[in-house]
Amino acid sequence: MKIPLSYNIRNLWARRLTTSLTVSGIALVVFVFAAVLMLAQGIQDTMVATGSNDNVIILRKGTSGEMMSAVSRDQIGIISSFAEVAQMNDGKPFASSDVVTIINLRKKKTNDMGNIIVRGVTPSSFALRPQVKITEGRWFQQGSAEIVIGNKIHDQFENVDIGQQIRIGTKLWTVVGVYDAGKTGFASELWADADNIMLEFNRSTTFSSYTFKLKDVQDYEVIKTKLETEQRLQDLDVKREQDFYLEQSKGMATFIKALGLVITIIFSFGAMIGAMITMYAAVANRTVEIGTLRALGFQRNSILTAFLLEALALSMIGGILGLILASFMQFVSFSTTNFGTFSELAFGFSLSIRIVISTLFFSLMMGVIGGFLPAVRASRMNIINALRAS
Amino acid sequence: MSTLVEVKSVTKVYKRDTLEIPVLQNISLDVPEGEFLALMGPSGSGKTTLLNLISGIDQPTSGSILVAGTDIAKLNESALAKWRSRNIGFVFQFYNLLPVLTAYENVELPLLLTNLSKKEKKERVEAVLSVVGLADRMDHSPRQLSGGQQQRVAIARAVVTDPTLLIGDEPTGDLDRKSAEEILTLLGRLNSEFKKTIIMVTHDPHAAGSAHKIQHLDKGELTSQ
Repeated sequence: MKIPLSYNIRNLWARRLTTSLTVSGIALVVFVFAAVLMLAQGIQDTMVATGSNDNVIILRKGTSGEMMSAVSRDQIGIISSFAEVAQMNDGKPFASSDVVTIINLRKKKTNDMGNIIVRGVTPSSFALRPQVKITEGRWFQQGSAEIVIGNKIHDQFENVDIGQQIRIGTKLWTVVGVYDAGKTGFASELWADADNIMLEFNRSTTFSSYTFKLKDVQDYEVIKTKLETEQRLQDLDVKREQDFYLEQSKGMATFIKALGLVITIIFSFGAMIGAMITMYAAVANRTVEIGTLRALGFQRNSILTAFLLEALALSMIGGILGLILASFMQFVSFSTTNFGTFSELAFGFSLSIRIVISTLFFSLMMGVIGGFLPAVRASRMNIINALRAS
Repeated sequence: MSTLVEVKSVTKVYKRDTLEIPVLQNISLDVPEGEFLALMGPSGSGKTTLLNLISGIDQPTSGSILVAGTDIAKLNESALAKWRSRNIGFVFQFYNLLPVLTAYENVELPLLLTNLSKKEKKERVEAVLSVVGLADRMDHSPRQLSGGQQQRVAIARAVVTDPTLLIGDEPTGDLDRKSAEEILTLLGRLNSEFKKTIIMVTHDPHAAGSAHKIQHLDKGELTSQ
């Protein structure tokens, strides 16, 4: 006992101006909603892509990031002897002992200073992180004051071209190459020789972290147990590299989501009131039609469903339009300070199926809430009064 | 001829706040099957109210209304809607077509409440549009049709489910004389050729003249036959 959907769609078309204004309002709110989710997703995607599922990272217990962590050479020696650590062809562990510090660089666009991670890496680091590829110049030479720049830093900061010098600690370091690290956090870093960086910062015996590849992904629990039982490793913590980077993005992603959703919810009230006004006007304009349909034998719930579907169609069109607009944000990328690491992170807007579903659900909810009361009003109309409206 | 509509001691009182307005007082009326009845009377006499009660879009304050043996005063709202869809065909003064639907879709509307197949619906709609002489206009929207043509579409919509009773509320009230004549001829044909029982409210004595029988109402009471 359904009123054909074409009746509702054609009515929306018949009131094109009102329909397009309402749809625009909904589309704008949906755009903001989707953009916020895409931004939070973008941060998470960037950080998650930085890590690999078969890598594990060792940090000092209780530290939230590499900056505050310390892992001694002795401890690294013990861990690298574990049978679960994958080995390269030359028999050396498939691992990287990293030392991490932060320097300030000036942004090209805003002239503001930004915190940039300088990662001192060991030679095996390049094999461990195959996504990092030199695109201009060359890699730094071990033992020299040379540095390579992540492409995102190269794009957005001043004085980081090949041949230019950057002050790190007491020395000036020469930029010798630019690397591409895809959509990972490494693209927002500077890389140099670990020993040289340690020397500069007077920390010759401790690294910030130790990352290695597992021989078998399933060995994670074995490594974890070993670390917990080995007396000399009691102050260390082990995490899957991907989980570690996900944690690093959580604070920032949650902040963006919370702030964005609060703004969106406030906006959505406006859009819902817009939809409600449109639907009340539709009901008022079609009072005689409602009376006629009821007289012909259509039940109250058929009328309710028809008007609710009309509001849903309105919000769905707005939702799809907002989503299409938001999808263009995927071409935009920028950098800001990640709260998790207090350092600059370049990231983009990332659209996922989950965001598409959430956004469409959100827009449909606006339609349901905005359309419900007018639909109830339509369904409760007295037939005789409705027919008399002619 | 057996009695199709039996109105027994029907009273209708409207309430406005504490004020009670009696509209129909102790009305009794029998309409035999196959009848073409015209209800006449001045404005406010209660003729449309009586029509609304017989067609099941309003309920009497007291009394009973039996249509083809069903006491419709005892049906709840949902059952009454179902009953209307099967038993009543409406023809309104201002046609009440849905402007965004084509003539075909308007006529098809009551069939959406039936279990007929798509093919059967199509056959029925095309058949009744042929009867009213608008087979070539089925894809036209109401605004592309004249008043007389719109009323013919409305009549097609009223008869497409083959209802027990055809109800006309001033069906010629908005039409010029020529179109009104065509509509009255069509109603007469539906009555004589297709054996439809028709109850029609009208102000127009000429329109009432098309009916077999005229009932007058005044101040909520039947005055003459």
